[in-house]
Amino acid sequence: MAIDALELKLRPPELGIVPYPAKMITLASGEIMVVREAKREEVGTLLGTVYPLIGVSADYYDIVACRMYEELLGWYRYRTANEFVLVGAINGVIAGIVNSRSVDHKLGMSLHTLTIKRGLRIGAQLFAAKMENHIEYQGADEVYIVAESPNGWKRWMIEYSLEDRSALYPAVRHELGGGPTYCLTRKLWEAAKASKCTGTRPVPPEILATANKLIMPTEYVQIPGFKR
Amino acid sequence: MSARIGIVGIGHIRFGNSSEYDLADIMAYAATDALIDAGILEQRREVDQVFVANMASGLFCHQSSVASSMVSKLDMEPVPAETVENGPASGASAVKLGYMAIASGMADVVLVVGGEIMRKVSGWEATDVVATMLHPEAEYAMGLTLPSFGGMFARLYMDKYGCTERDLALIAVKDHDNGALNKYAHVQAACTIEAIADSETAGVVNNYIAEPLRIYSTCPVTDGSCALLLVNMDSPKAKLFKKKPVRIAGIGSATDTHCVHNRKDPLRLDAVRIAGAKAYKMAGLNPGDISFAELHDAFTVLELAISEEIGLFERGKAYLAVRKGETTIKGRLPINPSGGLKAKGHPVGATGVSQVVELVRQLRGEAEEGRQVKDPKYGMSVNFGGFGNNVVAIICAKD
Repeated sequence: MAIDALELKLRPPELGIVPYPAKMITLASGEIMVVREAKREEVGTLLGTVYPLIGVSADYYDIVACRMYEELLGWYRYRTANEFVLVGAINGVIAGIVNSRSVDHKLGMSLHTLTIKRGLRIGAQLFAAKMENHIEYQGADEVYIVAESPNGWKRWMIEYSLEDRSALYPAVRHELGGGPTYCLTRKLWEAAKASKCTGTRPVPPEILATANKLIMPTEYVQIPGFKR
Repeated sequence: MSARIGIVGIGHIRFGNSSEYDLADIMAYAATDALIDAGILEQRREVDQVFVANMASGLFCHQSSVASSMVSKLDMEPVPAETVENGPASGASAVKLGYMAIASGMADVVLVVGGEIMRKVSGWEATDVVATMLHPEAEYAMGLTLPSFGGMFARLYMDKYGCTERDLALIAVKDHDNGALNKYAHVQAACTIEAIADSETAGVVNNYIAEPLRIYSTCPVTDGSCALLLVNMDSPKAKLFKKKPVRIAGIGSATDTHCVHNRKDPLRLDAVRIAGAKAYKMAGLNPGDISFAELHDAFTVLELAISEEIGLFERGKAYLAVRKGETTIKGRLPINPSGGLKAKGHPVGATGVSQVVELVRQLRGEAEEGRQVKDPKYGMSVNFGGFGNNVVAIICAKD
């Protein structure tokens, strides 16, 4: 695409995202999940992974999938500022995706957490990785968070004892839909990270290599009988 | 001579999330399966009595009188039906009352159905509902819940006997191995000891629920239903059924103090011991006769403590048997071949019925390949309500 003067005006300014080092987590099943940053050229695989869930109303998968689809496109086509995308992959197969963006160097805006493979706390691990990236690597002091689903609300708002900033609306507000804004502060993160965030670094090259090429899932527990 | 009472039909839906369904509907599904299994779906009005086990549909589902509702859905009017509530031991209590109805001569055929939908509410609301069985002033008002009791019990047990968190994790691995093969289990996924206890990341992957209990030491919140058809094996109606009955050989139940702090030793589960002893006495058996057991492992530590109270292992030694693999499906004494409450799930009012369904499946030789106990003769279940204050033990026999 030619980057002409008009296109440059349309693109949001970029802060410059600090790289997130890959890590690996041994799931309860014994499978090893590699958590790493997604690359821009992998967007097709990510979109293809998200797309089937657009029709799943249970647990608000439809809303999360639609919004994430748009955010991935915005990331790929330079319409969302300072966005990062992390994937969890088991033998290369995408088990979950999280995305988020930095508003500035001190404030993160958590976007979405999409768990494909369920029952192994993959969503919880990926959400923790997203917060780890914001606070430990991007240097944010606070991350704003909303939840579309009751499951998300339980996982984030309750388990991290997030601060309820909804009374400060509209001065303090998350970018998504006007839902009540909660905040993970650096202090809350320090209190929670030992019990919520895990992973081994560096990832041995042979294990990291399993996640070099991302693979779209062929099964979704959310969609019985799914065929790609 | 007391009546010979057997089980001629079983039904069981897959445990898991049924929160989008009606409770009476899911119970009717399981009941229909039991009637089909027994071969009397068309003659279902031959049933003399229905007992429905349910702990808290009023709180979980804002629904009451589920027994008569289910009978109506099954088009079984005017068969009488009552709901049985005895906390998480409701299921086995309903089986006991079914047995008593037949033994008394008031009925020849009894349908026992257990059902609970817990996931219409959030996980912490479900925990709160279950905690309403605790003493309202001395326990509930102090913030106690069943997981917190489980945690304190586990800590005492570990300190006294030398059991470790890794031993509790070994029980989870064994239960999940079994549950992974059980078509009715909520969690049909194996886990590894490396992942939930030994690896660098295990502390977070297998996080604390109520220290020292971790997520893999604790049963999930589960919806489900299941059913049994009981018959007087000596009545003319016994000829209606196509399958050979699995005989109920013994039933025992007992009550302990409501408040756990009123017990002389909080590690002693007297109601379990007494219920087990009564069941053995009625069956004319002793612990050495039992081929396998379904025990109420809402928390994995309870599998150890219950197995000791009913004499399957010496007190404080059950965890050593777990370490040696004696309770696995190929071990000397398989425990929870269904996956137990840990993997199969624990829809509170249904659990006791589900345990007996598993006894029947095993004794018939109908369990899935890989989790069928070899040549079982006697199976025993223990259904545990409150924190051990209402307990029912049942022994079934393959004659």
